[in-house]
Amino acid sequence: MLDQWLPENVSTFGQGVDNLFHAIYWLTLVVFILVIGTLIVFLIKYRHQEGKKADYIEGSTTLEIVWTAATTVIVFVLAMFSYPQWNNIKSPTQFPENPDVVVQVSGKQFNWDMTYPGPDNEFGTDDDLVLENELHVPVNAVVHIRLTSVDVIHSFFVPQLRLKQDALPNRFINVWFEATKAGRYEIPCAELCGFGHSGMLGYLNVHTQADYDAWVQERWP
Amino acid sequence: MHDNEHASHDHEESFIRKYIFSLDHKTIGKQFLIYGLIMFFVGGGLALLFRWQLAYPDQPLPIIGASQQYIDEGEVVTGADRMWERIYESDKEEWLEVSMPSGVITPEFYNMLFTMHATIMVFFVVVPILVGAFGNFLIPLMIGTRDMAFPILNMLSFWLAVLAAIVMVMGFFVPGGHASAGWTGYAPLSSDAQWTGVEWGLNLWAISLLLQGFSSLVGSINYITTIINMRAPGMTFFRMPLVIWSLFIVAILLLLAFPVLSSALALLIFDRLAGTTFFSATAEGGGDPLLWQHLFWFFGHPEVYILILPGMGIASELIPVFSRKPIFGYRSMVYAMIAIAFLGWIVWGHHMFQSGMRSGMGNFFMTTTMLIAVPSAIKTFNWLGTMFRGSIRFTTPMLHGIAFVSMFVIGGLSGIYMANTPVDVYIHDTYFIVAHIHYVVFGGSLFAIFGGIIFWFPKMYGRYMNDALSKIHFWLTFIAFNCTFFPMHILGVGAHMRRIANPTQYEYLQGFEGMNIFITMSAFTLGFAQLILVFNFFWSMYKGKAAEQNPWQVNTLEWEAPTPVPHGNFGQIPTVYRGPYEYSVPGEESDWIPQAEPEHAPATSGD
Repeated sequence: MLDQWLPENVSTFGQGVDNLFHAIYWLTLVVFILVIGTLIVFLIKYRHQEGKKADYIEGSTTLEIVWTAATTVIVFVLAMFSYPQWNNIKSPTQFPENPDVVVQVSGKQFNWDMTYPGPDNEFGTDDDLVLENELHVPVNAVVHIRLTSVDVIHSFFVPQLRLKQDALPNRFINVWFEATKAGRYEIPCAELCGFGHSGMLGYLNVHTQADYDAWVQERWP
Repeated sequence: MHDNEHASHDHEESFIRKYIFSLDHKTIGKQFLIYGLIMFFVGGGLALLFRWQLAYPDQPLPIIGASQQYIDEGEVVTGADRMWERIYESDKEEWLEVSMPSGVITPEFYNMLFTMHATIMVFFVVVPILVGAFGNFLIPLMIGTRDMAFPILNMLSFWLAVLAAIVMVMGFFVPGGHASAGWTGYAPLSSDAQWTGVEWGLNLWAISLLLQGFSSLVGSINYITTIINMRAPGMTFFRMPLVIWSLFIVAILLLLAFPVLSSALALLIFDRLAGTTFFSATAEGGGDPLLWQHLFWFFGHPEVYILILPGMGIASELIPVFSRKPIFGYRSMVYAMIAIAFLGWIVWGHHMFQSGMRSGMGNFFMTTTMLIAVPSAIKTFNWLGTMFRGSIRFTTPMLHGIAFVSMFVIGGLSGIYMANTPVDVYIHDTYFIVAHIHYVVFGGSLFAIFGGIIFWFPKMYGRYMNDALSKIHFWLTFIAFNCTFFPMHILGVGAHMRRIANPTQYEYLQGFEGMNIFITMSAFTLGFAQLILVFNFFWSMYKGKAAEQNPWQVNTLEWEAPTPVPHGNFGQIPTVYRGPYEYSVPGEESDWIPQAEPEHAPATSGD
């Protein structure tokens, strides 16, 4: 069911997200069926019938302890599996080092500005390249993004990468990804940013290494 | 404080004292109820407008929209065209011309619509009805006292809320339009007019919420004082009905949470009008946009529990009464509510997982948030336990109670997806959260509200609501609600962002057009179903079948009062001998024993 609606995953950490998504899906589905099933059985079995009185039951300490403990255990097990995935995506100390590409992405009403540092690998120099709404990266390479904004809060979202991060004015937030499949993917803004929020859209172009090298060659001959 | 003598002075009051500036908690409760129902239609109407835009982006609205010929060629065909012709020809810049030229909703107006839909539903519908209406009406009656501790403050609370509503609705008609930064008003979008073009609209939004904050503050002080000091003899804390417990806990949350929002709003107004920069980061220095989010959600998450706890309380009244059984695990129900209220203070960061908060904090807030599943599960299992081996009567209030439990289960389970940080990276700010909040606040709170209105209507107005209409309303609402909001989970899984005006602008959302149309049609059905409720409400007030004093055979004290409840509520203040849920006690002839029934008295006949 879930896979029918989820867009294809094309990032290295995306599979971990999808696995958790599926685990929670099955967990909640089973709980839902058990609880609603029990409810329906009770509604039918214990409906009012002439001459039949309800049983006087005030509660059960054993049962309260059982379902409190069971829920707590499930919650902590789920949390244990989730910490590493989250840290992997969002904790800068755990990002893969030595990125192949570093790009600064800056939101501004209502575009994404992509700034490449150029061959000197430094931002703010003459060989910087600024592209509007087009991000180019090679496939199977670690990409670091310096995310910022020049006006209000935007949110950098690439559904196929399972990556989302708000872009804040006057603050640089680092995110990373490694795309596993060449293609052209949309980068919508996911945080309300004004009347042009709907339609604020960039594109992530994931090239094969050869294509990417050609693109670099063309830009910085 | 009131004493018995005061009540006996049941003098005639003028119309204004009795119905407008009333000091009587019951009248103020009813005023809040009607206020909430009126605002419910305002808020719902706004939702239908933006649902139209989502299903048929940039197409003129039905009925008031211009025809295609008129838009393309300027040829007047329909009555609506004539109206638009007049509007365009007039020199004045008409409101309709700015917000929806030819009936097509502009992106600016779209943002105002969803901002105000949420603001109105949260602050002007659900809180006023749950806390204002049920709190006022039920607290003195159910704890057995004559009125609230501070009747004048109580009246002030209502009229401040009216003033707040007037200021809020006015915002639509000022130049620049209404607030359009979302109900969460994230800075710097909200803190500087240059980013939205909204000038006074957003100021009025903030001022109105400040007024509403004072109203809630005054109300909550009143509730807390009344519940602590004015319980009838024998009404110990652990003999209080669970709905009173829920309102007591909510009053404490309101007292502590609302001042945080008020402070944030005051800073926001300074930023907008006095040139301060609390919430905007500039190269020269200044504040931080994340400060707003921290303040807003430190208020906002307790607020979410303010919206659901009284619903849980109402369901905890309906289910034992109509299962004719004691509530299962009374004390654990109380402790679970206290646990939810406490956890509500340490989970606000889950709204900010993708906002740039330190990543380690994500792990902390994920854990605390998922822990809320524990008290929520306790409550759900206890409601099921209450029905176990019961004798369930499928009255309309009970149907709403059952709907509350099942919708709350869905809303609770979908919360686990949102709480889980890695999954939240993907579904944050998508329709998944829209589905979740509506399953909790509409599926949860509103079903409890509907059930509560039908259940207490005989005590409020001395008449029953028409049951056939109530049942039609219930089934239509239940089906249309699920058809409207369940598919939104699927939109969320497909990464359909919230707050976008036109999904067709995105290639990867092309496949969802049909689903958006289906949701909109269901939403319109849901909206029209509510007309049945309102018609039934006002019709039954005058024409409903007369109700006896205790039509549902309930134990709690409000049913000891005569119907209609006189000023001062009780002839003599009742004494409480037992807990509120003594149903089907073995060895008793009747299947209910009122809380005020003395010990060893001969059992009353149950019918």
